[in-house]
Amino acid sequence: MINFSFDGKTYQAEKGDTLAAALLRNGIGLVGRSFKYHRPRGIMTAGVEEPNALVTIGDGGRTEPNTRATDVFVYEGLVAKSQNRWPNLSFDIGAVFGLAAPALSAGFYYKTFFGSAKRWMFYEYFIRKAAGLGNAPTKTDPDHFSQRAAFCDVLVVGAGPAGLSAALEAAEAGKRVILVEQDNILGASLIRDGQDLDGAWVDATQARIRAAGGRILTRTTASGYWEHDLVTLTQRIAEPGQTPPHGVAQRLWHVRAGQVILATGSIERPMAFAHNDRPGVMLSQAVRTYVRRFGVVPGKRVVIATNNDDAYKTAYALKAAGAEIVAVLDARPAPAGADSGLPVYNNAVPLSTKGARHCLKSVTARVYGLTQSWDADLIAVSGGFTPVVHLHMQAGGTLDWNDAAQAFVPASSRQNVTTIGGAANPEPVFNVVPVSKPKKSFIDFQNDVTLSDVDLAWAEGYRSVEHLKRYTTLGMATDQGKLSNMAALGRLAEKQGVAIPEAGLTTFRPPYTPVTMGLLAGAGAKDAGAHVRRLALYDVHAAKNPIWQPLGYWFRPRAYPVGSETLAQAAMREAKAVRSNVGMTDVSTLAKFEVTGPDAAAFLEIICATTVGKLAVGRGRYTFMLREDGFVFDDGTVWRLDENRYLLTSSTGGADRMATHISYVRQYLCPHLRVSAVNVQEHYAGIAVAGPQAKAALAALIGEEPPRHMSTVPAMIAGVPVIVLAASYSGERAFEIYVEASHAGLVWAACEAEVSAQGGALYGLEAMEFLRIEKGHLVVGGEVDGRMTPHDLALDKMLNKAGGYVGASGLSRPAFSEAGRLQLVGLEAIEGNIPEGAMLVTGEGASPQGHVSAAAFRIMDGGSVALGQLTDGFARHGEELIASSPTRGQMARVRVVAPHFYDTAGERYRD
Amino acid sequence: MSQYSAFGLLRGALNGQKHWQPAWRDPEPKSHYDIIIIGGGGHGLATAYYLAKVHGLKNIAVLEKGWIGGGNTGRNTTIVRSNYRLKPLHDLFEFGLKMWEHLSDELNYNVMFSPRGAMFLGHSDADMTKLAERGDAMRCDGIDADLMTRDEVRKLEPLLDMSRSARFPIEGGLIQRRGGTARHDAVAWGYARGADSLGVDIIQKCEVTGFVRDGDAVVGVETTRGRINAGRVGICVAGHSGHVAGLAGLKLPVESQTLQAMVTEGVKPMINSVIMSQSLHCYISQSDKGGIVFGGDPDNWPSYAQSGNPMVMERAVAQGLALVPALSRLRMVRTWSGVTDMSFDGAPIIGETPMKNLFLNGGWCYGGFKATPASGWTYAHTLATGKAHALNAPFALDRFERGATIDETGSGPMPNSR
Amino acid sequence: MMQFTCPHCGPRDQAEFIYERTVDAVVSLDAAPEEAMKSLFTRNNPRGVDEEIWRHTYGCRAWMVIARNRVTNEISATRAVGPEALP
Repeated sequence: MINFSFDGKTYQAEKGDTLAAALLRNGIGLVGRSFKYHRPRGIMTAGVEEPNALVTIGDGGRTEPNTRATDVFVYEGLVAKSQNRWPNLSFDIGAVFGLAAPALSAGFYYKTFFGSAKRWMFYEYFIRKAAGLGNAPTKTDPDHFSQRAAFCDVLVVGAGPAGLSAALEAAEAGKRVILVEQDNILGASLIRDGQDLDGAWVDATQARIRAAGGRILTRTTASGYWEHDLVTLTQRIAEPGQTPPHGVAQRLWHVRAGQVILATGSIERPMAFAHNDRPGVMLSQAVRTYVRRFGVVPGKRVVIATNNDDAYKTAYALKAAGAEIVAVLDARPAPAGADSGLPVYNNAVPLSTKGARHCLKSVTARVYGLTQSWDADLIAVSGGFTPVVHLHMQAGGTLDWNDAAQAFVPASSRQNVTTIGGAANPEPVFNVVPVSKPKKSFIDFQNDVTLSDVDLAWAEGYRSVEHLKRYTTLGMATDQGKLSNMAALGRLAEKQGVAIPEAGLTTFRPPYTPVTMGLLAGAGAKDAGAHVRRLALYDVHAAKNPIWQPLGYWFRPRAYPVGSETLAQAAMREAKAVRSNVGMTDVSTLAKFEVTGPDAAAFLEIICATTVGKLAVGRGRYTFMLREDGFVFDDGTVWRLDENRYLLTSSTGGADRMATHISYVRQYLCPHLRVSAVNVQEHYAGIAVAGPQAKAALAALIGEEPPRHMSTVPAMIAGVPVIVLAASYSGERAFEIYVEASHAGLVWAACEAEVSAQGGALYGLEAMEFLRIEKGHLVVGGEVDGRMTPHDLALDKMLNKAGGYVGASGLSRPAFSEAGRLQLVGLEAIEGNIPEGAMLVTGEGASPQGHVSAAAFRIMDGGSVALGQLTDGFARHGEELIASSPTRGQMARVRVVAPHFYDTAGERYRD
Repeated sequence: MSQYSAFGLLRGALNGQKHWQPAWRDPEPKSHYDIIIIGGGGHGLATAYYLAKVHGLKNIAVLEKGWIGGGNTGRNTTIVRSNYRLKPLHDLFEFGLKMWEHLSDELNYNVMFSPRGAMFLGHSDADMTKLAERGDAMRCDGIDADLMTRDEVRKLEPLLDMSRSARFPIEGGLIQRRGGTARHDAVAWGYARGADSLGVDIIQKCEVTGFVRDGDAVVGVETTRGRINAGRVGICVAGHSGHVAGLAGLKLPVESQTLQAMVTEGVKPMINSVIMSQSLHCYISQSDKGGIVFGGDPDNWPSYAQSGNPMVMERAVAQGLALVPALSRLRMVRTWSGVTDMSFDGAPIIGETPMKNLFLNGGWCYGGFKATPASGWTYAHTLATGKAHALNAPFALDRFERGATIDETGSGPMPNSR
Repeated sequence: MMQFTCPHCGPRDQAEFIYERTVDAVVSLDAAPEEAMKSLFTRNNPRGVDEEIWRHTYGCRAWMVIARNRVTNEISATRAVGPEALP
């Protein structure tokens, strides 16, 4: 015996019980409340299509609301709670909505609650509280969800007799086979139906499939069929709420299959009659499943309502289990069921049920036009069978109408998929047109949609099946319309006076059954799928406990505070060290490309909008790149390391984009050039040394005269070969040292020793930002925002006059030379500190004419300065504006100036 | 048109709700209309409504190849907001947002516009500065926007992961309190009912298969229900703009891509606002039925196949769970996808085409739903007068060749923004 | 998620590839400005087959042209591009 609890009370289950079976075993018929009217509901099915018996399973971070009691196997200690009721399941205040049902017809909310948006929100507050089903957990999920990829020749979905046979045949033909079954046993329908094939056959078949190398996955649902025969499987390793054995609760499989065989069977249909939603109304095959598989008899006096032969098996199973069959209501005319030995009534369709205390008391039917009633505690209903065609349709298939079965069956598909077994050949049935009161005849049980709701939608013009679905919410519940769609189509067709296939069909979209979000996220739930790239010098920095700053995929030191320094204090100290002495920083994340070959210069003059060809060996220069539409999209430096060998650097944030761009231009646009362009971003680590003492420090490090500004030399530091570039972002005499990343630690240590010896400091991104703003250097993502032309950024004089670079043809567009463009300016505070990101306005209430792209302070002299974009800014130097940030309650009076605040003549670069 | 009211519902409670009339007629197409709008989505129906209501035109048809509201109107994440950085965008969307605030009354159809706040989360100081910039741009143009501290964010959405060690720690946010969600289908249906009552013919199952031309002018359309002549024709079929414009021989700055969204099973209220992120591309809200509605990136490659893609979906869910870990045990119950017109600057196109009497409304990327009223209003103005309204003038088709793109993200002409 | 056949690596999940643009959107380096802008800003965008440039970014990094039906996702041809594919 297994102990579990339901609504706080402990019960016992048998091994192998679903929660539904266990509840029925304990005589519990009332399990949940419906969504809209809070009607009492019981267990209707024995499968994933269950609309009513939804419970919350587990506790803490493993809480799974809305779990179908028919789709969870009981384990020791399982905790289940009913939901959507208050104060308790048998007495639910929410049931008053049921009394108001005549006014709360389909789409009622579209017709009322008018007034302001705030007024709707008042009503909405109560509607939201009443809606929803279970409560979501608030604690962190303690479990993991794994994802796995697999390939196979044949994927078989469904391990009934057809699926087992197909899997066996394929496996023994030497194919790689995966067989999946959503149940926890194979061949469960054989137990239910008691056919010629039995458990021994299932065991033997299973063993042979495994012996032939086939993989069998139980508790695994093929939930999505995607392009090119990719099927996603969701595998339950632990039951809902259960502690998983190895920490992994579920596994998501992406299976690329050569061929997919669907043996997905069918789902039994309910019938529409008044009060067909009461506990005690069950589907026929479900009843049979409880009787034969679980040994639970859900009723003592049973009425069977059917339009087919299958339900007779249920009657026999019940009878064999000791229940009394008081009537078999067979919708078919005589002699159907004549020789069954059961009390069969032909031309009989159920009209209504009566109940008391959430139990069924009697069933009324129309038999040959006359009304007749029976006392009963269970009605087992079979309205025919709906083939499970979901995956076939997700794969882009079409359907045929099978008139004998009154069902859609799979027809063609554009993918490599076939459907076999009951899903392809459903049982013949007799078409039953409901005769009961439409207002009480439910078709979507969970969402409380009745036949009269369909009628109302029709009367109001919502006649397309999609309109009907959306207007009535039919099929939108957690059972995804598995039980309701065909009933609605039938009613719609009846209204239209057409056959069902002409009434239309809604689309089938993944998933087949609801999929746990944590499973879809997998490990990505922890880092949003954005893996951090680690600096080569990560450990060196980490030992200094810096303030880190995210930058694209990277984290870089933002500042290295000493003692109790704040970020601002540390950054300013670091920046002052650079201005007055020497500082060093890690610039490893810059994009870097090594371009070699006889056509290297020609290639670079396509990528870069500036000239490159005239560079002498050992020299470098600033450059920028345009998108094909002529806007500046990145900048950097280009260096001629050797006759036919160049190094191109560009921004960190744009590194991946630039790598793709360079590869595209080289591979697609210029395949004829004799050049190779290699992305060496992470091959080299980079260290910048900047400040008036940088030259001395570098001389000591490399043991020779350092290169002059914008020159490069190969050198050795700490016995490691390096490339030294004399380039400056800070505005001081500065060097960038590039070293193979694996040796970066040695070079860093040597540099740090020398910088300390000079009395200098490490500096981070924040100080670098101060330095570059004061100097007026651009940053990609700041001033270079993808909307600025070379002219807007005052870079146009550097453009290669010969043209031929990417983006040149975009520059001649008329809007590029019209008045009113944003242009790069400097801003100097007259009063207040300039807030970064603030709008530039002429006065209170005026529309912005530009904005502050970056703000800082003069490092040695103090005073707030900034760079910005301003409409027609080049011609407005000297003008006074307000930099206004209403969201932060900050503003400053500013003067428009040239975008350089430090060493405008560039004298500090020179020796 | 029978007026909708609570009284009507109570009356219906007594008569079995039998007194309601069809929300719109099902007319046969006439041989000539003054204005034909191709596309019976929210935008096309709104356009027809305002043409009739504001411009007094009577002889108007909306041609819909399937059923109204069946395209992207019924396949989005229902978010309504105007929190854009660039002026032409926030002006257009703000005009629309103001209309949303009274739309239910205007249409006598509850579109359930629920301004419970549209919040962008910031995950670093740099994010917060960018959010402040966006908010400042809005505020200076008279649009509400407020920066939020971490504590304010936590108070509004207690289930967000506020830990400092998160991969994308939450440093604060920017909220537009007047933003929120609406009921997407209701917008199409409400406009349809309103337009129909003003005499507009809404013709479903009527696909346009070609244009009737007289020189460089369009004088009508060929449809699956025959030729229909028209004074002016407005294309309004976002997702398929390229296809329909192609029937007139036009090539557009548009690539069609699939955008997926999904919803979980319903749960009691847990998400109170619309959550978006400055660094991640996912958006999360909770519907009135309790489902958590989730969206992410478009597929980033051209497609008309509404078949969806697990890779894109799993990435969006990973991002969402990184923000709201409590979503882990909810179950995704339904997915859908729409074919979106990805324009080459991320902004819509509303205005004239090189052909006389042919107009275009499209290129909405993944942001068209919220613009429905403003799109209809400005397009109606354009169709009625032959000239752009001040609000849609910047969104002219020729802005691309002119170089006057409206590029909110600055990512340039490739919609997949490599 | 589709499956592409990389001319160099064989069949691989689409997740390894990144879409670049359609062949009709290629701006050749010697195009006149008007023509370049036309290529950049107009698309055939057919509801049918188009030639697309993809890159096996998370694989061999090579570029290729794939002819794909945008409605059915059927792939009718794949060809390598780049220096190695020159005649």
